[in-house]
Amino acid sequence: MTRRNSSRTLWNTIGVALFVVMVFPIFWMISTAFKPDDEINSRTPTWFSMHPTLSHFATAIHKPFFWVDVKNSLIVVLLTVAVAMVLSLLAAVALAKYRFTGRKLFIVLMIGIQMLPGVGLIIPLYVVLARYHQVNTLTGVIITYLTFALPFSVWTLRGFVLGIPKDLEEAAMVDGSSRLGAFLRILLPLVAPGLVATSVFAFITSWNEYIFARILLNDQGKQTATVWLSYFLGTSKNTDWGGLMAGSTLVAIPVVVFFLLIQRRIAFGLTAGAVRG
Amino acid sequence: MPYGLILPVVVVLGAILGYPIYSLVRLSLQQYGLFELIRHQGRYVGLHNFGLVLHDPVFWHTVVRTIIFTIANVGLTMVIGTLTALLLVRVSAWVRILLTAGLVLVWAMPPVVAVQVWNWMTNYQNGVLNYVLTELHVGNFFHHDWYATTFSQLGIVTVLIVWGALPFVIITVYAALSQVPAELVEAAEIDGARPWRVFLDVTMPVIRPVLLILTSLSILWDFGVFTQPYLLIGQPAIHPGNYLMAIYLFEEGYFKNDYGRGAAISLLMLVIVAAMSVVYVRKMVRIGEVQ
Repeated sequence: MTRRNSSRTLWNTIGVALFVVMVFPIFWMISTAFKPDDEINSRTPTWFSMHPTLSHFATAIHKPFFWVDVKNSLIVVLLTVAVAMVLSLLAAVALAKYRFTGRKLFIVLMIGIQMLPGVGLIIPLYVVLARYHQVNTLTGVIITYLTFALPFSVWTLRGFVLGIPKDLEEAAMVDGSSRLGAFLRILLPLVAPGLVATSVFAFITSWNEYIFARILLNDQGKQTATVWLSYFLGTSKNTDWGGLMAGSTLVAIPVVVFFLLIQRRIAFGLTAGAVRG
Repeated sequence: MPYGLILPVVVVLGAILGYPIYSLVRLSLQQYGLFELIRHQGRYVGLHNFGLVLHDPVFWHTVVRTIIFTIANVGLTMVIGTLTALLLVRVSAWVRILLTAGLVLVWAMPPVVAVQVWNWMTNYQNGVLNYVLTELHVGNFFHHDWYATTFSQLGIVTVLIVWGALPFVIITVYAALSQVPAELVEAAEIDGARPWRVFLDVTMPVIRPVLLILTSLSILWDFGVFTQPYLLIGQPAIHPGNYLMAIYLFEEGYFKNDYGRGAAISLLMLVIVAAMSVVYVRKMVRIGEVQ
């Protein structure tokens, strides 16, 4: 028994140590964001500042294009999620409820597309969008984001639709509802939690996306929040670490909030489809 | 009826993905630079671009470097991830909750944000990493420049990628571990089996499919990784000697406005990735078929 207790203490110690190592970068980001400059630039680091300041956050949000780029991110993300959810719910219902020729091919495509490295498609997407004058427009970015949001959402939603008992729908139809009525009144409310989870995942991936936004959007007033952050330092010699960390914190906040909302469903993510945020 | 439902997705994906893939193939057979981009018209050159790429020593060096990089990243992620998941089973409840909460937080970090934090932690003037390593007497890291050599650059990128990838792996393997029947483990222990044998003979068969899926996914992701190495090493410090596959493609194709050659590189990269993903796709299709 004592051997068991002492080994439990050992495991707990390793666990806590691991927690500290994993969380430290996030702690360091937030802690730096609130520190006055002399503490940031000192050679001996200050772990917890005794004189917290909000000035770095003020610097970050007053930096050119912060609000415009956050607004752009929101437009891109919300439109991507809305279009992806409507289209993929329909396809998910078809995949879950019907057997049809080409079903297997469709599944292979939905999984296979998710495996394509996004960077492999930047060249043709850039050239094609340039041909239709969609470079440097948010529309071009939304179209690009749909290429990964759609397959992922179809596959994940299919899992949620499968979870709904067929009898419920059939019972509704026996009661005289049309197929559409059954869909709207029975299926939709039941699949709503799945829709929420899937849209949050699509939200997070689109919000975090960098390379397509970087390539397709050239004007500073048209970029997204991640591109804004990647240009934060610019070419200045004196690095404004406090401002950079405040900016980083601000860009991370929406994602963290949404992530915490759906973290219970995360385990589901594996069987439902491949997501690593 | 089912065709009507999947039609919208098929049409949209066909337009926004099928067409670019078609033009990827076409571009790879064309001379297509800035001039052609403006005229929207390339010049057919046959397999010339592929010849250029396949005869470029930088391409082969990059392939080898990326494969080694991928093996290191996936290996570290899977080993540390599995060990941590096993640890999660053994710790007290409060440690499990604490660690899981921390992991979810790490998981949620946008890669671009994580890169900036890494920049700050590893900067040579007053980065906290140098301070901590010096204080722990690992060595004298005062003003140590982590970006001085290719090996060190890719090493720091590896730490960043493994850090970001661990939460997904740990939480997924932990979920799989809960499927291992506790009676079986206990019975094996009572029979006097060593912990290592219990793991290999009882635990492993249950979690093997999950480990397989996670490994293939990690290989695909790490082979095509762009954001972390590109931003952490920084564009000015990128050169053919530290290219990874995705960066090679970006620099040679997009940055130098040589879209035809870029398309050829993309196709070669997609072929390598497709070959690697066969195992994963087959496994997932089987899951899709069963349900």
